[in-house]
Amino acid sequence: MEAMLQPVADLFGPIWPAVWTLVKIVAIIAPLMICVAYLTLAERKVIGFMQVRIGPNRVGPFGLLQPIADGMKLLFKEIIVPSGASKGLFILGPILAIAPSLAAWAVIPFDDGLVLANVNAGLLFLLAITSMEVYGVIVAGWASNSKYPFLGSMRAAAQMVSYEVSMGFALICVLLISASLNLSDIVTSQGSGMFHDMGLSVLSWNWIPLFPMFVVYVISGIAETNRAPFDVVEGEAEVVAGHMVEYSGMAFALFFLAEYANMILVSILTSILFLGGWLSPVGFLPDGFHWLALKTAFILFLFLWARATFPRFRYDHIMRLGWKVFIPVTLVWVVVVAVWMMSPLSIWK
Amino acid sequence: MEFKTFVFYFLAVILVFAALRVITARNPVQAALYLVLAFFNAAGIWLLLHAEFLAITLVMVYVGAVMVLFLFVVMMLDINMERVRQGFWSYLPVGALIGVLLVIEMAMVLGGQYFSLEAMPMPPEPQAAYSNTRELGRVLYTDYVYPFELASLVLLIAMVAAVSLTLRKRKGTKYIDPALQVAVKREGRVELVKMQAEKE
Repeated sequence: MEAMLQPVADLFGPIWPAVWTLVKIVAIIAPLMICVAYLTLAERKVIGFMQVRIGPNRVGPFGLLQPIADGMKLLFKEIIVPSGASKGLFILGPILAIAPSLAAWAVIPFDDGLVLANVNAGLLFLLAITSMEVYGVIVAGWASNSKYPFLGSMRAAAQMVSYEVSMGFALICVLLISASLNLSDIVTSQGSGMFHDMGLSVLSWNWIPLFPMFVVYVISGIAETNRAPFDVVEGEAEVVAGHMVEYSGMAFALFFLAEYANMILVSILTSILFLGGWLSPVGFLPDGFHWLALKTAFILFLFLWARATFPRFRYDHIMRLGWKVFIPVTLVWVVVVAVWMMSPLSIWK
Repeated sequence: MEFKTFVFYFLAVILVFAALRVITARNPVQAALYLVLAFFNAAGIWLLLHAEFLAITLVMVYVGAVMVLFLFVVMMLDINMERVRQGFWSYLPVGALIGVLLVIEMAMVLGGQYFSLEAMPMPPEPQAAYSNTRELGRVLYTDYVYPFELASLVLLIAMVAAVSLTLRKRKGTKYIDPALQVAVKREGRVELVKMQAEKE
């Protein structure tokens, strides 16, 4: 690969590393955007089937061109800036929403060695970047200078900060047992152990010893991405569409893209941290990216399933679940895992 | 100019500009957002110094949590800038004193060679497998474990104090207990009654 690209590298000279990185970024972002587009279709189809409907089926065969039609429609719509809005921040809001959800993909390993930036502090980087996602919502809500967006952004600020804490503690458990902040190392550390040697590596992944953390992480992930049943931020019965009320056209679409990109991010992270990433569940099948894709698709299906199943949580119940249930549980489990690791019963030697 | 130098000046210029805007911006929300930008650029400069753990923690804690809550409060306040500016002259001497102290400290850092900085050994160049986080953790939990625990205790006390200062129990208020609501079963709320059909 390197030798093949040498003539191209010579052509660009000293700026070649920057160009090559840009190419890699496009190679990650472009498929991601296609995934986002088809995730919206999958959501409508899956929820349609769960409610014994057909779902979109008019545009293209089985409605397969529906996301493209939606995208075109949003592209050609006018972006209206309300006269009372703080103009600069109004435009900045959607940008701040989508930038972190794309930046986080820099440290995601897709296969052994297939990662844009193999940094040592990958998990920390992810925590920092995902904690910035809330700014898009807050800035958009405030800059709209309107009541519903403002209420939505207040809710978002409180909710996302609360669930970040329990998510962080769940991640601490993972990094305790894998003794690394590097996501590739976290995956490879799951590919060993008693069950792995018996050919059943599905049982040696993190999700069994850390099962409570796995559950907490998935639920916090749903809350963190403001998805149903935790979508009070944009709950249409109370605050119409929350921070997105005043947005139209592509500005609205950016929030939409950010939300779905975040869903995929949380799903792929769950697969990497708890479900063994690209590792094959059984010994006789080879490892590979397809396993990661399958696991991610399964978690994404859980997201959609939860949306079709549960009614929206009331706001105080969301806060109670975050602060009074998840944080104590995760705190206790951090201590349990730490003691377990130091005890003679430790399975991570 | 080396690429690293360019990155440093790029971040530093934005940092200084953002910091200036924090104190000159008329709108408190914009000032808070400029502070976020300043934190972010400071984190970038720390990254240049191989202090990735500190840099990322700065972003995580200050940008991701503290400033979000700051914005939360600032957005809800109706700040009258005229009244804020009234105290300007009376606070100026204190502010100036702190400013002078900061200038002296910066001068001492920048003019290190006059204060026998050479006596300190140069830090070794980091290896490829060097993990800033691991090193920091090792030092914090071995050599400096007592100061570290003490600091965390101080933070805990501050937290408890802040909660207890703002906690008031008003009598006669009807509170909702979500735990009770969650525990509700169908039998407690709905009663199915079997009735004979009424005939005229």
